[in-house]
Amino acid sequence: MNPRKWLAAGLTILFFGAVLILGRCAPSAPKGKKAIAGSSDLAIAAQKTYVAPGDLDEYYMFASGGHSGQIYVYGIPSMRHLSTIPVYTPYPATGYGFDDETKKMLGNLTWGDVHHPALSETNGDYDGRWLFVNEMNGRVARIDLRDFKTRQIFGPMPNISGNHASSFVTPNTEYAVMASRFSIPIPKGTTAPIEKYATDYKGVIAAVKIDAKTGEMSQGFEILMPPFDYDLGDAGKKVSDGWVFFTCYNSERATGKLEVTASQRDRDYIAAVDWRAAEKAIAEGKGDLIGGVKVLDPRKVPGVVYLMPCGKSPHGVDVAPDGKWIIGSGKLQGVTTAFNFEKVQTAIRNKDFTGDEDGIPVLKYESIKDAEVPVGLGPLHTQFGPDGFAYTSLFVDSAIAKWKLGTWEVVDKVPMSYSIGHLAAAEGDTVSPDGKYLVGLNKLSHGRHLSVGPSQPESSQLVDISEEKMKILADAFTEPEPHYAQIIKADKLKPIEVYPKAENKNPLAIWDLKDAGVTREGSNVTAKVVLVRSTISPTAIEVNRGDLVKIAMTNIEQTTDELHGFGLLDYNINIVVDPGETKTVTFRADKPGVFPYYCTNFCSALHQEMQGYLIVK
Amino acid sequence: MKNVFERANRYLNLPLELGPRGLLVLAALLLLPTYFLPLWKLTMFAPQYPDGLRLGIYSFKLEGGNAGQDTKEINLLNHYIGMKDLAAGDFTEFKWMPFVIGALALLLLRTAVLGKLGTLVDLFVLFFYFAAFSLWSFGYKLYRYGHDLAPTAAVKVPPFMPPLYGHRKLANFDVYSYPAAGSYALAAVAVLLAVALWLAWRESRSEIASETRMAG
Repeated sequence: MNPRKWLAAGLTILFFGAVLILGRCAPSAPKGKKAIAGSSDLAIAAQKTYVAPGDLDEYYMFASGGHSGQIYVYGIPSMRHLSTIPVYTPYPATGYGFDDETKKMLGNLTWGDVHHPALSETNGDYDGRWLFVNEMNGRVARIDLRDFKTRQIFGPMPNISGNHASSFVTPNTEYAVMASRFSIPIPKGTTAPIEKYATDYKGVIAAVKIDAKTGEMSQGFEILMPPFDYDLGDAGKKVSDGWVFFTCYNSERATGKLEVTASQRDRDYIAAVDWRAAEKAIAEGKGDLIGGVKVLDPRKVPGVVYLMPCGKSPHGVDVAPDGKWIIGSGKLQGVTTAFNFEKVQTAIRNKDFTGDEDGIPVLKYESIKDAEVPVGLGPLHTQFGPDGFAYTSLFVDSAIAKWKLGTWEVVDKVPMSYSIGHLAAAEGDTVSPDGKYLVGLNKLSHGRHLSVGPSQPESSQLVDISEEKMKILADAFTEPEPHYAQIIKADKLKPIEVYPKAENKNPLAIWDLKDAGVTREGSNVTAKVVLVRSTISPTAIEVNRGDLVKIAMTNIEQTTDELHGFGLLDYNINIVVDPGETKTVTFRADKPGVFPYYCTNFCSALHQEMQGYLIVK
Repeated sequence: MKNVFERANRYLNLPLELGPRGLLVLAALLLLPTYFLPLWKLTMFAPQYPDGLRLGIYSFKLEGGNAGQDTKEINLLNHYIGMKDLAAGDFTEFKWMPFVIGALALLLLRTAVLGKLGTLVDLFVLFFYFAAFSLWSFGYKLYRYGHDLAPTAAVKVPPFMPPLYGHRKLANFDVYSYPAAGSYALAAVAVLLAVALWLAWRESRSEIASETRMAG
């Protein structure tokens, strides 16, 4: 071999040698990944979450069901799903949306995107009376916690469009609030070209009045706002009682591809509304009637609303238990801002403004903030513990940060699986948080559960916050899609288990089998029906084709758990009547023939025999 | 023979001492609780009734547990085996028992005031007759409820005797039947009567013995 060949051979060996030494394959997992931080000792976690058969949970969690239109009730710490409360969507399991009353309550909208449950409060603490929950079509519903039933659906509220920043009640449940996420020209029903968005489209903030005794909701008032996208809210408490705060994005007043066009400015706003001042102005007759509701225009009525600059495109805004701090964060940033309510008041007094938006003064950011807390990437929502700690969810980091109010020190972080949105600590948005438990409401769950195909459930993770370090205790998989949840001590609720006979005021209620039967007035037929183990009386109902048939059924049981159903085949009728309750269903008997009806809710050993026939001649 | 009756009459005509009279007043007072306390209690447990169903039997009424709801529940369950509804109207006892107990109380007081050993014996016998009859009547009622089963019943069960006293397993139910406060008050009345009788008997014997000695 000549020297050149030697050289070539040498270089080849060197090259492959270098490849062998330096070359690496792409790793199959992140390098240096150790055991998941924040996970508990298994035995301790099991013990803390295990609720033995027959034992009861310590807390209720009411989770919004998002576009499922429902509220889900969970037990904490077991994370067991206890029941579903249908609100904006028919729910055949309880016959909701099939009987006359609930059908009427739902109206023409049989879908609603449920967002933020708000337990009624007295002096800023949950009182266990009602649960309010909003949906995007401009409605708020009231669930009575005496029987866990939806009792009122209020709205749609005029002028409100895309009611996301809702239902956040005030500390003595004076008001629930609403706000437009999708500004439109008002009154609703009028139009304006999209090019005139910045001037002719309007944001609206609304207050829904709540009767202190009955919980009945009625129109309060509205405030005309610039066409921003109002996103979340929270009522002030204690020192900040009388105020309510709303975040908004798109202060650019942009249209089109908002992910770009609405992300141009460095700051958006938190709107601070003095609802007592607004209430007073309305009482003095200052509002204009738009779309059937009194609307305050801040240009004409100053002193009702101010804008607090906040990090770009903020999502949540949360008031600390003592009402001193208002926590808001730009959802694309790495910090959350603690605004000082006293400083906000001082800035308002000193007219420490940097400008205005449609007549609404903009406060100077530097004058009202106490701290920017480096919690981590993508801070969304904050909840509180009893000891001055705050817990902020970090969507981008997929974690929860624990930090101290006042010292602004971040003390712990726990990873969430995955991409946490809201979080709920035990009574963590009241004036007296309980601590102990926190639930992270995560958007993604992949790989954490047996696969169920492309429609993946959400994930809720229970976190122990009783010690210095947060510990993940359990995973649970929740139906789509919890936007917020509230956790209330179980002993604050005293639900009934049967409707007492004495309370049933339905004029068509009957309690004796002898009274069951059919009466006719022209082509209107009324059937009074008794449901009791194990007969539907009468066992046959005869009507003529074309009759308007009203069936009023009373479950005369007074025993817990003895529900009876009334399923009428081919007529799309499915009613479930609780013990002591009377429900009616009205329909046109337009199909001739013989149609069986039967008890759908398993009640007794002879449940199968609980049946009868509707004969349409 | 004549002698025996004469002797007995001498005993029976003797007036009562203070002790037995006091006991009789106490006995009359002890009859009062039967107007507001149950005589008998039936309790039924089944897997699906972990808290139990309760039925209190008073001298004048039936009272279901859980604000009366338990009676309805018991009737509801019994209709499957064709048993008659427990209805206050079917219990003639509720009409005569309070009257008889009242009458007994008056007789007790009468004896306490005017009493002789003889009337005490009468009362003792009368009271035990009342107690025995009431028990038989209650037992017979239970027997009829357990035996008069409708032939069209959904669930055919052989006629049965519900327990008068103690525990019995009936289908999936554990049935417990025990006397309650009212009956214990009645039992106390019986004991007081027995003690009064014994005391009176002892006193009268010593009195007659001393009389005989003096006469001798």
